[in-house]
Amino acid sequence: MSQSAPTTAAEEFAEHGKSPVQKVQATLHKYPWVSPFVVLALLIIIFSVLGFVFDVGALENFFKPGTISLMLQQTVIIGTLAIAQTIVILTAGIDLSIGAIMVFAQMMMANLAVYTTASNVTFMAGQNPVLAVILGIVVATLAGALNGFLVVRFNLPPFIVTLGTLSIFTALTLIIFKARTIQGKEMPEFMLLMNKDFQIAGIGFTVGLLVMIALYIIFAYILRGTAWGTHVYAVGDDPVASELSGINVKRVLFSVYVVAGFVIGIAAWITIGRTGSASPNVAPEINLETITAVVIGGTSLFGGRGRLLGTLIGTLIIVVLDFGLSLAGLDQAYRVLAIGILVIVAVAVDQWIRKVKA
Amino acid sequence: MTATSTADPIVQAKDLNKSFGPVVGLNNCQFELFPGEVLAVVGDNGAGKSTLIKCLSGALIPDSGEMYINGEQVSFKSTHDARSKGVETVYQTLAVAPVLDISENLYLGREVRKKGILGKVFRSLDKKHMRETSTKSLGELGVLTVQNITQSVETLSGGQRQAVAVARAATFGSQVVILDEPTAALGVNESARVLKLIKELRDKGMSVILISHNMPQVFDVADRIHVQRLGRRAAVVTPETRTMNDVVAIMTGALTIPEEDQQLTPVR
Ligand SMILES: Nc1ncnc2c1ncn2[C@@H]1O[C@H](COP(=O)(O)OP(=O)(O)OP(=O)(O)O)[C@@H](O)[C@H]1O
Ligand SMILES: [Mg+2]
Repeated sequence: MSQSAPTTAAEEFAEHGKSPVQKVQATLHKYPWVSPFVVLALLIIIFSVLGFVFDVGALENFFKPGTISLMLQQTVIIGTLAIAQTIVILTAGIDLSIGAIMVFAQMMMANLAVYTTASNVTFMAGQNPVLAVILGIVVATLAGALNGFLVVRFNLPPFIVTLGTLSIFTALTLIIFKARTIQGKEMPEFMLLMNKDFQIAGIGFTVGLLVMIALYIIFAYILRGTAWGTHVYAVGDDPVASELSGINVKRVLFSVYVVAGFVIGIAAWITIGRTGSASPNVAPEINLETITAVVIGGTSLFGGRGRLLGTLIGTLIIVVLDFGLSLAGLDQAYRVLAIGILVIVAVAVDQWIRKVKA
Repeated sequence: MTATSTADPIVQAKDLNKSFGPVVGLNNCQFELFPGEVLAVVGDNGAGKSTLIKCLSGALIPDSGEMYINGEQVSFKSTHDARSKGVETVYQTLAVAPVLDISENLYLGREVRKKGILGKVFRSLDKKHMRETSTKSLGELGVLTVQNITQSVETLSGGQRQAVAVARAATFGSQVVILDEPTAALGVNESARVLKLIKELRDKGMSVILISHNMPQVFDVADRIHVQRLGRRAAVVTPETRTMNDVVAIMTGALTIPEEDQQLTPVR
């Protein structure tokens, strides 16, 4: 059976009839991670030129192994949570409770692992850190299930549901675990496993970074290689058509929030390692940062369109901007400004790409 | 009734009712489709044609009434249930996911996994197989000349999308194929191909329900014509015994046909 597409006159006409701009549009449409990749490459080039040619600030340190190590470690929390955010946004949803659930889960892990009688949570008496981590992940998964249940059962907009659970889990964290930060040195070794590091070519890698990369590979496969992944895209694209095609839309949506919760649970453990403590005030900006990473990464807020690879690049863009601008001696405000502009440009580009026609 | 044949209907509905709040979609609607026939369903806008076939295909759950496939009573909870009974449908809205490619759309909701451990444990999709069979069946049907089976459906024209939806139903339909205005967005040539396809499906022994506003097309392919009016079946006639004007008159209520003059039994 012949697989190669025959070139007919009409096809050739279609190809030649495209202006260069339309070709760019079609390429970005097919490979949504290309534009974030270009942005990332441009940023690195600009910072290098500024550092090495114009000697701006401390930018010449940009490629020092120490800087690269720090940047990589800086990606793990946003990067891991952004996986959860990507899957939810692919269904045309949004998860504002990611940060709150992560904080709740990490406070739970740390409290279960450390406290004996000084805490409200006494039943484990600090005996079993492995169980503490597992329970934390289970609780985060259940929190995701609560989001999914509310979205699916009552047909509530994900924005509203997760806005509600954001408050609920923030409050529960304070009520149950108080505002007490647990330091890493109080914790058993296992709790900080994600921060174990090793060097390759002078660059420091952590276990947490490897776990994040593994999660990206696994979920990229799941989204593109399994029926569930196809259904996630289909449901985000057109839920009515999906239902008519025999997909159980509610089940897919519910499972998406459960999976997101599970990833958030792992991120909680990573965060304890990365920050060397468990604090209710860790990463207050994390919700917006994950959404930013996803959007800059080329995933459409309207659902159905985007790649996990884009999200990883989006996360790197945030971190590279952060380091580049601060090495250049610029104020944090400029970084916030730059991110804001990037988000708006990314959404505008998405709108433009969505208009592609054959 | 003038029972001339003893064939049992392959699809039957009795006293179907379906309301959308105050709006009545179906009002004690009767329906019969016999094996191997093309049954056209015609009626004014809002007569309940789409509502009827949505009930028959599991997309809507009727408020009351009974449905039978091959004499066995069914109560479909989803389109999946109907598909598993061999009933495939092309909806008026096409029901394709534009971001997915042609092959993914053909197999949407019934993806094929790889054999062995990759499929069983890792749930890996057999994309190669799905693409090959999609290319093959689209080619066989001749309803669509596609350049690339991995082209996303949103890059196709309206007519091409319709062709993809028709191809999906024709590929997987094992007993009954339902088509809700399948030629609405098609040009003359593509419409002719779809009509030819409908005849081919019938020749293969399948039963076809065709909803259409195009009277010449209906009179060309239909064995019997079910006229829907105000949520119920006004009459069933044949193209041989009635003119297009008669059918339009039944649609608008200007003409009523006594039951003994209707064609409530199979003609094939
Ligand atoms: N989901 C719905 N919600 C509310 N009303 C509906 C819905 N679906 C159908 N209706 C109403 O039910 C009635 C029958 O609609 P239906 O779509 O079955 O008509 P139709 O015969 O297919 O018309 P057309 O030829 O325009 O496709 C109409 O009055 C329509 O407005
Ligand atoms: Mg209709």
